[in-house]
Amino acid sequence: MPRREDLKKILVIGSGPIVIGQAAEFDYAGTQACQSLREEGYEVILINSNPATIMTDSVVADQVYIEPITLDFAKRVIYKERPDAILGSLGGQTGLNLVVELAEDGILDEYGVEILGTDLHAINRAEDRELFRALMREINEPVPESDIVHTVEQAVEFCEKQGYPVVVRPAYTLGGTGGGFANNEHELRKICDAGLKISPVHQCLIEQSIAGCKEIEYEVMRDANDSAIVVCNMENVDPVGIHTGDSIVVAPVQTLTDRENQMLRSASLKIIRALKICGGCNVQLALDPESFKYYVIEVNPRVSRSSALASKATGYPIARISAKLAVGLTLDEILNPITRTSYACFEPAIDYVVSKFPRFPFDKFANADRRLGTQMKATGEIMSIGRTFEESFLKGIRSLEMKVDHLEMKEMADMSHDELMELIKKQDDRRIFAMAQWIRNSNAPIEETIEELFNVTKIDRFFLYHIAHVLHLEEEMKEHPMDVDVLRTLKQNGFSDSYIARNWNTTPKAIYDLRHEAEIVPVYKMVDTCAGEFTSATPYFYSTYEQENESIPSQNKKIVVLGSGPIRIGQGVEFDYATVHCVETLRKAGYEAIIINNNPETVSTDFSISDKLYFEPLTTEDVMEVIDLEKPEGVIVQFGGQTAINLAASLAEHGVKILGTSLESIDKAEDRHEFEAMLHELNIPQPQGETALTVEEALEIASRIGYPVLVRPSYVLGGRAMQIVHNDDELRVYMANAVKEISHDAPILVDKYIVGKELEIDAIADGKHVYIPGIMEHIERAGVHSGDSISVYPPQTINDEVKATIIDYATRIGEGFGFIGLYNIQFIVDHNNQVYVLEVNPRSSRTVPFLSKITGVPMSHIAAMAVLGHSIEEQGYTPGYRPEEKNRVFVKAPVFSFAKLRSVDTVLGPEMKSTGEALGSDVNLEKALYKALVAAGIKVSPHGNILFTIADRDKEEALPLAKRAANIGYGLYATHGTAEFFRENGLFVHEVAKIEEEGNLPTVTEIIRDGKVNFVVNTMSRTSRKNEDDGFIIRRVSSENGIFCMTALDTTNALMKVLESLSFSMISMNEMGK
Amino acid sequence: MDRLLVLEDGSVWKGKGFGSDNFRVGELVFNTSMTGYQEILTDNSYCGQIIMMTYPLIGNYGINRDDWESIETAAFGLVVKDLCENYSNWRADETLDAFCKSQGIPGIYGVDTRAITRRIRDKGTMRAIMANADANVDALVAMLRQSEPLHDQVRRVSSTKLYSVPNRGPKVVVMDFGCKLSIIRELSERGCDIVVVPWNTDAKTILSFRPDGVMLTNGPGDPTDVPEAIETIRSLIGQVPIFGICLGHQLISLACGAKTYKLKFGHRGGNHPVVDLRDGHVEITSQNHGYAVDADSLEGTDLVMTHQALNDKSCEGVAHTKYPVFSLQFHPEANAGPNDSKGMFNEFVELIKNEKEKKNA
Repeated sequence: MPRREDLKKILVIGSGPIVIGQAAEFDYAGTQACQSLREEGYEVILINSNPATIMTDSVVADQVYIEPITLDFAKRVIYKERPDAILGSLGGQTGLNLVVELAEDGILDEYGVEILGTDLHAINRAEDRELFRALMREINEPVPESDIVHTVEQAVEFCEKQGYPVVVRPAYTLGGTGGGFANNEHELRKICDAGLKISPVHQCLIEQSIAGCKEIEYEVMRDANDSAIVVCNMENVDPVGIHTGDSIVVAPVQTLTDRENQMLRSASLKIIRALKICGGCNVQLALDPESFKYYVIEVNPRVSRSSALASKATGYPIARISAKLAVGLTLDEILNPITRTSYACFEPAIDYVVSKFPRFPFDKFANADRRLGTQMKATGEIMSIGRTFEESFLKGIRSLEMKVDHLEMKEMADMSHDELMELIKKQDDRRIFAMAQWIRNSNAPIEETIEELFNVTKIDRFFLYHIAHVLHLEEEMKEHPMDVDVLRTLKQNGFSDSYIARNWNTTPKAIYDLRHEAEIVPVYKMVDTCAGEFTSATPYFYSTYEQENESIPSQNKKIVVLGSGPIRIGQGVEFDYATVHCVETLRKAGYEAIIINNNPETVSTDFSISDKLYFEPLTTEDVMEVIDLEKPEGVIVQFGGQTAINLAASLAEHGVKILGTSLESIDKAEDRHEFEAMLHELNIPQPQGETALTVEEALEIASRIGYPVLVRPSYVLGGRAMQIVHNDDELRVYMANAVKEISHDAPILVDKYIVGKELEIDAIADGKHVYIPGIMEHIERAGVHSGDSISVYPPQTINDEVKATIIDYATRIGEGFGFIGLYNIQFIVDHNNQVYVLEVNPRSSRTVPFLSKITGVPMSHIAAMAVLGHSIEEQGYTPGYRPEEKNRVFVKAPVFSFAKLRSVDTVLGPEMKSTGEALGSDVNLEKALYKALVAAGIKVSPHGNILFTIADRDKEEALPLAKRAANIGYGLYATHGTAEFFRENGLFVHEVAKIEEEGNLPTVTEIIRDGKVNFVVNTMSRTSRKNEDDGFIIRRVSSENGIFCMTALDTTNALMKVLESLSFSMISMNEMGK
Repeated sequence: MDRLLVLEDGSVWKGKGFGSDNFRVGELVFNTSMTGYQEILTDNSYCGQIIMMTYPLIGNYGINRDDWESIETAAFGLVVKDLCENYSNWRADETLDAFCKSQGIPGIYGVDTRAITRRIRDKGTMRAIMANADANVDALVAMLRQSEPLHDQVRRVSSTKLYSVPNRGPKVVVMDFGCKLSIIRELSERGCDIVVVPWNTDAKTILSFRPDGVMLTNGPGDPTDVPEAIETIRSLIGQVPIFGICLGHQLISLACGAKTYKLKFGHRGGNHPVVDLRDGHVEITSQNHGYAVDADSLEGTDLVMTHQALNDKSCEGVAHTKYPVFSLQFHPEANAGPNDSKGMFNEFVELIKNEKEKKNA
């Protein structure tokens, strides 16, 4: 059926800010969908609040609205644009939820807006547990025994009848938020209570546990003609019980016979047909490892993280095709964009093994609960491809950038057999490493060892045997140092040069040389959707140690661009944005642009973005092999975040040319001593500070420069392990704990902590001149990581003199450091308007997409051109500071995923904690702030109550804020000390009791849980252990109950501005003039 | 132990041996199915062929008692990238290696199967043989180039005796050209009372069972190698409802005057889209054939094309315009492969029922 002619204008919903459970995969899907619809001639209107994405580039859709994805704002867009149809199934759960809200509101009917792809009926039947179960019964597909509950008592009743263990799944939440396993009534009550609160419909599913079953997924597609196909099947290495987003996943399925596979495939197709979805859908099934019994676990009636993975794993662009199916095209009339000789209506055959590993934020959140369960905790993922399981698996491990290059963790070397088993049983993110170590240490015959592990983990023996094979090869390696035949076997099984080098007491370079001498070099195979059956010309490759190389280097001038690897806190989708722009620029400038990256979620790993895509780990070895083959003019590292920057030195050692900012200039910014020397030479002040190697040195420095001091290890990413320290004791604790986890040889930086405003710039240098598109001012004062601050453009509170100083410093640094390309500088301005430079990043930054979009300056493009030798002037820009926008204010608000990370403290500090960001823009600061907060998921109500629990040192500062809240009619709640202080100053306050305090007053956590307050202001008090603990609990309870808890008074000030602008001030005549 | 795979184009691929060392010259073909190696290896349509799986990990779930498609295997070899020695599946009871040893199938692993696949894709299927590492390769290549293709595969794999698979439903005579057991399973499931007859059984004998329908099965090799069967089918058409699969489909076409030809490298896998021309619906099918019916040659015959491959537009099914006869090039019985087309067996049973009603009316 050809495309529908009755539609002209289509509204596409994006997925908004990046949070755990909903990440860059929707940038990839959304971008593809918009392009795909425009290809078909439709006018595309996009709404998405995430400025860091390619999807919100103005060229992606005909009209891009970076507005909050809420009913209110979406309606405004509909009023203005009058679309014919709406497509929500490419914007994740957010997109679907908005479509439901809009439909329920009636506006879609009123304006005749048709829902495409997955219609309302299908959404409801897939998402509402009761309807879903009814549908499954109707089509005879098995689901585990379960019950929908609206109260904890109902849940308990169900379990008394059905027995434990059970799974609790709250309805309509992202990434299984709030769910979990309950083995007894106590656990059930706790989990169910939290689940009911977090579910927008106050509904939970209590389900008979099917833990221990194999978890299998099918990515299916269906068209309007009812033809349906499976694009990819995937097997979770972890059995049912660990969220698929947190599981190690392989594609295709490895342990299923054809009969089992076809049985589940048929079930999946039956389901998508029953739902009548036009587009893609994900079906998760549980298969009993001992029979043909299976259960349908879940259906996602939309593109998902799994579909992004399936797209990259097979080459089949699910989102692109889904969009076309949504507008009436059928699978048999769409050409397969990979082969261009076959059609989209076929099931990819793959001839390699794909592994997906989740990337967890536990390196940043040392206190987080690392156990994995039904609630997703990973922030990102990597994918690796190999021709053997071992190769795929080990490539995956070294792609994670967890400071491991093999199935081995240093910290486990000294653990006892029992300790390792305990760790395995805990099911945390290190379980695979613990299992490997446990097998290594085991003296029992391998069959027994594996049987025991299987009984504990229910991880299929197939995977355990392959892990055991890796360990067997380790023995071979150790017995035959420098043996070329063994080396070849090791490489065919994915061992890294660096790991082999460590065991053979030599350097990775020596192994690399030995390999090349013996001609043990990888070949590159194509990802072609068809296992070689049809000719295809897809420029999408992976390495393996086999005979035939399919990646034939061209004679063109080419440049390799390094991507940024898995999404993690501190290195998000922003770097993918810059990478994609760089590649586009290189291609336009006539170069062949080659990307190396390993993140399956992103736009940069869409094979149509670059001239050639190598899906490889970002390590020196893997990158060097591509460079050896391709022989590019050089490598660009400045767009791929710290991942790529960190590779610069070792690549240069191999003789690779780093294009743009040179390695020397990178070091000038990254090496503490060189950095200090440079600033000194340029006569630019920075906070006093020195480096320390020992506790004593640190104490000595601190006493010299005076507390508070900011301490952190050198070479950090996203402010990892950074802390503000107020006295000797705290410093001792810091030195003892945080530091050893980072690195043993890197020194610690001890800097004077200056209280003041923080500002930052992103700029471009061409080697001679610099161009500064804008200055961003942070709402929160220095001390809160820039990534977690609310950021405003143009700056609102600094004077022209300060601005001039910032511009002057930025210019001198750009020129003086000899940067070519992008750089970022963080400034601090103290109370005397003295400007200091905090840090300089010789690369693209988190704020580049934000600043590019709001100023209309294509920064990555200009920077890439500068790298190619085109001056700023030549590109038509006048060096210096770009005149500021006058008529609009732009606010970037951070978005956190605290609800999913139990036991992580939500207090803001020098360590970054946010996972994403949202943009709000309007004619003034207050309106822009309002939008940014709403887009960040904060409920901003003009009326309500606000709770203050304030540390003594902040009470004076908090008072005016409380007064302002009272003036607009907000009710005040406060804990004893704060309440007393406010009362003394003439405010009416409801006092609440402290946690576990006896008496008649409700406790602070009760009023939060009961939803009495709309906001919580809590500042960190370190006066006593009890205060610290209470503060932590208050913050956790707030985040788990969806209440916005502010830990910086600056944030509260911003919020008050917004609330005031929404309200009318309530001041009596009597108060006037006072 | 090292083992070689020698191709008629002179290329030699060194890998490790497994299975038996019963080396035979065979036609090297590739199959793109990612699961189902047991069904494929036991499918008698592969008689005379060396099977290469494009999916690199083979043997993962071992071999079980149940998923056989014949009682005796007929494949001449198996080529894989990585052989899994420690299988894992609840039904598995032996390794792929042990199975190949006991079935006399030589195997080789550790070769670049993708490179060989690409070679076959470009040059077409080739004759090949496995050999020990010290073999005289030049002599082997010369031998391969001179070797005659087999013509007697159907005779090798067909039952030599009549036997019945009793049931209470419609009487169906199955002409066994190398029948996959799943065809019997599907018919049995629908209650058919089956008599299996050897490939060269004449029409008179077949009709003596007074069948309600005749099933022409899959089988190996070139359909023109069994002219006797074509003759038999020609006389059956019009007398009894007939359903043909794969080789059976080609034989019906030949019997009706159409032509067949050899495909460059065949269709072997579980992911082939086929358009049902009757309603435009597309199904993903299981396929295994090196020959095809020439769609153009249907003109002037009593056959119409009912199914067509989406990709290369080759003929995937025909129906007779006058008589209750239809056939499919692909495998509705699946195993290995998708179950999408199992409904075709219902169509057959329906057809039988309708014909009976017509007769009785």
